[in-house]
Amino acid sequence: MNPDRIVGKSVPRKEGGDKVTGKSQYVDDMVLPNMIFGATVRSQIPRGRIKRITFGPGVAWDEFVVVSAKDIPGKNCIALIGEDQPCLASDFVNHPEEPILLLAHPDRHLLPKAVAAVAIEYELLPAIFTMEESEHRSQIIWGKDNIFKTFLIEKGDLAGVWEKADFIVEGEYATGAQEQLYIENNGMIAAFDAARGITVWGSLQCPYYIHKALMALCNLPAEKVRVVQMETGGAFGGKEDYPSMIAAHATLLAIKAGKPVKIVYDRLEDMVATTKRHPSRTRHRTAVGRDGKILGGEIDFTIDGGAYATLSSVVLSRGIIHAGGPYYWPSVRIRAKAVATNAPPHGAFRGFGAPQSLFAMERHMDRIAQAVGLSPVEIRHRNFLQPGQETTTQQVIREPIDLVKLLDRGLEASGYHAKKQSFAKQNQLGTHKRGMGIAAFLHGAGFTGSGERYLSSVVGVEGCADGSVRVLVSSTEFGQGTKTVLSQIAAEALGLPYESVSMAQPDTLEVPNSGPTVASRTAMVVGKLVQSAALGVAQTLISSGLLRAGYSADEFRAACQKHVAEHGPLHCWSRYEPPAGIFWDDQAYRGEAYAAFAWAVYIAEVTIDLTTFSVSVDDFVALQEVGKVLHPLLARGQIIGGVAQGIGFSLYEKVVWQNGRMQNGQMTNYIMPTSSDLPPIRVLFEELGNVHGAYGAKGIGELPMDGPAPAILNAVEDALGVGFDSVPLLPEDIMEGMDKRFLADPAGATSTGERR
Amino acid sequence: MTDPRNAPKVELAFTVNGQPRKICAYPMERLLDVLRLELGLTGAKEGCGEGECGSCSVLMNGALVNSCLVPVSQAAGTEIVTIEDLAEGETLHVLQQAFLECGGAQCGICTPGMILAAAHLLKGTPEPTMEEIREGLSGNLCRCTGYSQIIEAVAEAARRRLGQDHDRMRTTA
Repeated sequence: MNPDRIVGKSVPRKEGGDKVTGKSQYVDDMVLPNMIFGATVRSQIPRGRIKRITFGPGVAWDEFVVVSAKDIPGKNCIALIGEDQPCLASDFVNHPEEPILLLAHPDRHLLPKAVAAVAIEYELLPAIFTMEESEHRSQIIWGKDNIFKTFLIEKGDLAGVWEKADFIVEGEYATGAQEQLYIENNGMIAAFDAARGITVWGSLQCPYYIHKALMALCNLPAEKVRVVQMETGGAFGGKEDYPSMIAAHATLLAIKAGKPVKIVYDRLEDMVATTKRHPSRTRHRTAVGRDGKILGGEIDFTIDGGAYATLSSVVLSRGIIHAGGPYYWPSVRIRAKAVATNAPPHGAFRGFGAPQSLFAMERHMDRIAQAVGLSPVEIRHRNFLQPGQETTTQQVIREPIDLVKLLDRGLEASGYHAKKQSFAKQNQLGTHKRGMGIAAFLHGAGFTGSGERYLSSVVGVEGCADGSVRVLVSSTEFGQGTKTVLSQIAAEALGLPYESVSMAQPDTLEVPNSGPTVASRTAMVVGKLVQSAALGVAQTLISSGLLRAGYSADEFRAACQKHVAEHGPLHCWSRYEPPAGIFWDDQAYRGEAYAAFAWAVYIAEVTIDLTTFSVSVDDFVALQEVGKVLHPLLARGQIIGGVAQGIGFSLYEKVVWQNGRMQNGQMTNYIMPTSSDLPPIRVLFEELGNVHGAYGAKGIGELPMDGPAPAILNAVEDALGVGFDSVPLLPEDIMEGMDKRFLADPAGATSTGERR
Repeated sequence: MTDPRNAPKVELAFTVNGQPRKICAYPMERLLDVLRLELGLTGAKEGCGEGECGSCSVLMNGALVNSCLVPVSQAAGTEIVTIEDLAEGETLHVLQQAFLECGGAQCGICTPGMILAAAHLLKGTPEPTMEEIREGLSGNLCRCTGYSQIIEAVAEAARRRLGQDHDRMRTTA
């Protein structure tokens, strides 16, 4: 490798200096002249008709700006994929956090009391809170049948498979809601003037989603809506769709007040009212031969979408495509549906449906191993997808991935075999039971199926007056390293130092729509476009005669300065072109689901203390093939951070629901891992490359969320001899499971662990 | 957030980042709000408002406190240090430099509090073990990093600091 290469090196994070000195400007750090503060009056009931709104005593209401649905200039909806979610409820409410009124006042301390003083009378309607209630349709709360979306994947012929099977293995698996818990709460500032229209500044992932939502809400043309991303303190999918709601609210208040309005949620409001990971239920029924090979199966994947459709259809899509895991299914039928309940809409969270369906697949694989009498390793060896075979959507694996080798490397790194043997011996005595668990999985990078074609992303690279280069994208930085990695790519493409590339602030007035910053698509898809736009800048300079091929950095700077001086701003644009030979059938849900998959093997080592029933993860090996690693330090940071969130998802983070409302919306009672809860997380990479990504990159951000839950629950079963099939798995769940097992078979239970 | 104005404003004096400051504030106003809104020191962040996340951490008379839980009247007469005081001009503090190099900052929102918590730890425990670092930072939540690269940054800073001190000792000797 050329030692001067920038890609593959851990260059300094672009905005790192500002972050470690506290200079970075997040939305709550920003103050505008005459700015006032906004707050939201929400429904207090899960479902009903609004009968009357009264403004109670003790509040100087004439000092407040009050906005209701009647003040909306355009369409009362938060335009996303569909338009079913209102910006403000006018007649009916469908979940307990639904916004109804907005208030603003120059003194933010007066707002909580004013919000509490608004009395809303309702006619209560029966509500539904579980997927099962939604499926039974005792109440229809959305559309004709409570169903937001269904998908069906069919491959091969299942008829005859059940008769041929030596084993039929069934299981049902469940995952709970999970809060993204970025440390910076959601927030927006909006300002309006008749000439320029609306400007919003905020904490967000997708500037053009908000742009679209505000155009519809205010009935304004594109050029009258401007969205600017401030430094964003974590997102993880949680700032994909809900910021459009907050931006809409701030905008309505700003228009009515004639002043800039800031809305920043406190932690409680952020946790209870904004989106979470979709709860899921997956049923597997699998036909298996005596040799442990899967002959075929049925998978039924259901997610709870909450009260409005929002992103559920796309979460469902990613979930169903990943439901078969990294295994070869000669035949399979996978049904998926997203159903409505009277809870706030669930949304994007790192992994986007895949952690849910892969949890089920990987727990089920251990169950198949038990049924057949093979080890968890052997059952996977025999069923792994191989190059040339087809996935459940009949996508042919074209890259030379060797999953047997990948798993074996992971096992070796974790000391799996030796530990498993020694734990089996140790576990016969004592109250601390130890176990090893594995998860093998894949994660598709970029939008699903034809998604990237519809997005048709555009990026720009600008040669600046001072001879430096600026990347123009709406792709946002929220910790994952967008600014750094895209700068590396541009610098590498142009053969310039990393320092001579800067990133434009995502501002819809300045940057083109490079698509949303989601779906592990930024380094791979947007990066590839940055590479080509950057090359365009060099080409322009060369063809204008100002620069020779094989130029030096100084020559580039001089040529760029001259070009801008003579011809004005130098911009090169690059638009996404679908790679040749990629075929996806949206109707049959068949074809090339993703341009590339990342592959991974995660291995967890756990101890369960039978006095407290708490699980500690003692060691964690995360081995993945992610194409080319563009920035080793950032990549490792992404993996460790994702594994930590996965450990939270597995063992700590439980949303307690009551009548559609989250009851534990505080960091005091919704528990995420601290630095003393986590094991050393050992990160290993394989790098096969990827023809579709910038310099061989694949997506990386979401992948690490998929593996921890099944690896940890498989390890718990290895330790206790009792299996658990839903996450989060809390000590009380283990206690209950052990008690049940003890009652069913007192002798068997004491052999693995004495109950106290 | 409840209205802190149940008592009249009072004059308070304290030292912030080495500068004597006089302010007029409601006694129950949160130190965090006074720092951010009155003094323009926005490096301290509000993550939870109830002392769980530590992103509002500052040093008060050398102790690490959650400034969201400190009524400003309690800060009267104290010395406060915020993230804004750590670097010397353009020269980063050894912890800031180590956070940059080791990947200790991702989204950056917990970073100021985390760095102050680390500075507090290293003051009392100049040669911490990895366990002591994990324990010492456990009052500061980070959702991005999974902590490993933060812990490595603190260990690296400790090594460098000791190296510097040793050098200085050698020079004086």
